[in-house]
Amino acid sequence: MAKHHIETVVNGDAVEFLCETEETLLDVLRDTLNLTGSKEGCASGDCGACSVTLDGRLVCSCLVLGCEVAGRRIETIEGLAKGEKLHPLQQKFLEHAALQCGICTPGFLVASKALLERSPDPSEHEIRFWLAGNLCRCTGYDKIVSAVKDAAATLRKG
Amino acid sequence: MAENGTNGTNGQGYVGTRTIRPDGVDKVTGRARFGADFNLPGQLIGKVLRSPHAHARIVSIDTSKAEALPGVKAVITRDDFADQSSEFIPAGEMMMNYKDVVRNVMAREKALYEGHAVAAVAATSTVIARRALKLIDVKYEVLPHVIDVVEAMKPGAPLLHDDLFTAGVEPKPDKPSNIAKRIEINLGDIEAGFKKADVVVEREFKTAPVHQGYIEPHAALASVSEDGSAELWCCTQGHFIVRAHCARLLGLDIAKIRVTASEIGGGFGGKTVVYLEPLALALSKKAKRPVKMVMSREEVFKASGPTSGATVKVKMGATKDGKFVAGFAELKYQAGAFQGSPVQPGVFCAYAPYDMENVKVIGYDVVSNRPKVAAYRAPGAPISEFAVESVVDEIAKKLGIDGIQLRMMNAAREGTKAAYGPKFGPLGLEETLNSIKKTEHWNTPLRKWQGRGVASGFWFNIGGETCASLTINEDGTVSLMAGTPDIGGLRAALTNVAADELGIPYDKVRPIIGDTGSLGFTFLTGGSRSAFSGSMAIVEAAKQIRTELCSRACKLWEAKPDQVEFKDGAVRPLGALAEKVKPMTIADFAKVAGKTGGPIGGYGRINAQGAGPSLGTHLVDLEVDPETGRVTILRYTVAQDAGKALHPAYVEGQFQGGAVQGIGWALNEEYIYGDDGKLQNAGFLDYRMPVASDVPMIDAILVEVANPKHPYGVRGVGETPIVPPLGAIANAMEQATGIRFTELPMSPPKVLKALKEKAANGKS
Repeated sequence: MAKHHIETVVNGDAVEFLCETEETLLDVLRDTLNLTGSKEGCASGDCGACSVTLDGRLVCSCLVLGCEVAGRRIETIEGLAKGEKLHPLQQKFLEHAALQCGICTPGFLVASKALLERSPDPSEHEIRFWLAGNLCRCTGYDKIVSAVKDAAATLRKG
Repeated sequence: MAENGTNGTNGQGYVGTRTIRPDGVDKVTGRARFGADFNLPGQLIGKVLRSPHAHARIVSIDTSKAEALPGVKAVITRDDFADQSSEFIPAGEMMMNYKDVVRNVMAREKALYEGHAVAAVAATSTVIARRALKLIDVKYEVLPHVIDVVEAMKPGAPLLHDDLFTAGVEPKPDKPSNIAKRIEINLGDIEAGFKKADVVVEREFKTAPVHQGYIEPHAALASVSEDGSAELWCCTQGHFIVRAHCARLLGLDIAKIRVTASEIGGGFGGKTVVYLEPLALALSKKAKRPVKMVMSREEVFKASGPTSGATVKVKMGATKDGKFVAGFAELKYQAGAFQGSPVQPGVFCAYAPYDMENVKVIGYDVVSNRPKVAAYRAPGAPISEFAVESVVDEIAKKLGIDGIQLRMMNAAREGTKAAYGPKFGPLGLEETLNSIKKTEHWNTPLRKWQGRGVASGFWFNIGGETCASLTINEDGTVSLMAGTPDIGGLRAALTNVAADELGIPYDKVRPIIGDTGSLGFTFLTGGSRSAFSGSMAIVEAAKQIRTELCSRACKLWEAKPDQVEFKDGAVRPLGALAEKVKPMTIADFAKVAGKTGGPIGGYGRINAQGAGPSLGTHLVDLEVDPETGRVTILRYTVAQDAGKALHPAYVEGQFQGGAVQGIGWALNEEYIYGDDGKLQNAGFLDYRMPVASDVPMIDAILVEVANPKHPYGVRGVGETPIVPPLGAIANAMEQATGIRFTELPMSPPKVLKALKEKAANGKS
């Protein structure tokens, strides 16, 4: 069967690609568009390392088919920093040492940004439950939670 | 980083500060390249055919149909690897045998566990590779299997290896068995010790095998050229080790293989061995094209090393005033399909936190039809120390002495002779116990169904062969190269050291992890050795540079060695000379390097000795839900001796991450097998690792009792933090429920069952 021709928007850029029906959005991002910042940890929606937003909604890109994203708006980790300026979440993750190996970090950042857009002043409880779909095996989550809280404070100050 | 109290430009005092990691920006922008993020032009995709059976003889493998499929460029089986003779070699904190390694990467006579690699293909696409796997015809003769360690030890149990005779027993057995090895350590007279005891506690414990659970699956990209030289990119804790193993398995000269360690997405010991790497090389050699292989999560669970599950008996005696007078333990550890469980470190560590005169520990290394275990953070120690810490708690409760006080009375300290041999230098156990006792946490009240537990933990740490280089660039900036993959902030720690040693700003040092062609043999990141050994090598490299610069200054200034000194990033003239010439900075020397002797650099090539053990004490509060059996961790404090924290934030991170892995081990994680010998929970949904909402903040207390054998006093810190949580949580469970849990994990069904049994017994 012929591949699907898909036109979409990734990190603000118009993009078109061909994909097989069975290819996931994560496959397309990583293998076709060379956006390898989104990671595959499980391919079953359990680890969150492939988190992206689709029309502003947080999703696991391993659970979305490539051919489902026509006409949608996709944001990935590669779109988080604006020019030379890191997003406050990125900056606070660095300052708080909220990453060790760093494989889960893109997913945590994308998920955290989605949280702060809905809830600018989240409690620790809220952060922990929002991020419960993202697995980190290195940090024990402590410094991630602190970084998200600190980034929220920075964003509130504008 | 001025806000963190460093003094920036004069370069002094980065060690001990929370600098921003040099590899950080790449990791928060998605730019960092991990194992699966590399690609090469013309690359093929490799996939592995795995055994569906727990134990089966491989009668035949017919690959002809797969080879005939368009797009398939190579198929490999056992026939593509030469057999290896039996020879044990050190592999991190464990031993390995190439005869087993060649069989683990590709099954030969038998498939020994579900998921054991049987064949592999390389094809032009993933879809074709998968289709090709289905066309490989393997004829199996299914054999009876054995999963449980106790069952595997019984006479008449299904035998995995006809040629495995128990080592360490006299006389040598005349029949093969699944017991690979028996080891024993003795100190003092255990029987005499028990005679002195006023209280004796004896218990049997069982722990489940758990996986390291790194989020990044194994990945490798190999490219072998027509002249036999090979390039390999992979996520590994030790690319020099990968090179050695692959050279051996493929019959290549070591110099022919260049291995580049990608950024690594977690390892915890599980990436110290080879799985895909030799397969990718063999496929690439056959196909003459690059081959990329990435494991699925299911493959990671089924075919890469978890750590042992075990059965442990502990018997301890103490006098009524709390002195431990005798300790006995018997450990039976699962090795998986090939010998080499971490039972030896388990035996050595069991009583290591305590100063005891009479100790006897026996260990058995037992094979069964499970994936071969790999190292997992303080391999072996959490299991034996869980058992001992549980019994220590029971003794404390029997004697009415609080757990911290009892541990303090018996704590190993400088001069204590360990049951496993050495006499300890300075140790920090007492300081960690004191730190815990001083916390507000220790003194907060608890409610019904809540419990508080404390436990301590010991891990040896290692040093070993290590290279690192510092190169002064033309503009005076510094390139730092280390040979151990950076798994959690190593580059930041080493850059702190290099900047201080050379007296230059932190951001003038750019650290990288060198490939196997760029540095001499460097042992892997494991044994909590990379910051300990790497910083020693950097200190050595910096010393060479300082000496060289002083020597060049003497030539330039026509001075004698005692007229110059290196201080704050410059060679400074002393005494009368100071009136004639001005100090020369590293940048000044860099400018004139070509006229004063050529390029400037230092190269630390060391065999690091003197790794000091790190001890820790954990304190946990938890609450049990009597309706569901669910356990909630309410509060957690870790105190551990770091010797000296080169970068406190990443040391705390080790404490916190290790504690949470331990929480998972204690409460939820386990390999669940069906009667068919197949793993039933090979995914993150059913293999339940802690998520953010499962745990509280983890308070981390840095204790620093300097290791006198290290120039900065450093002790390895990465492994000890996973040792105490199992015991601490079991001890807290006892307080919350009145039940002594002896089986891990303490998952909701088990807890609920125990609560119901207790209630029923109470009524009758």
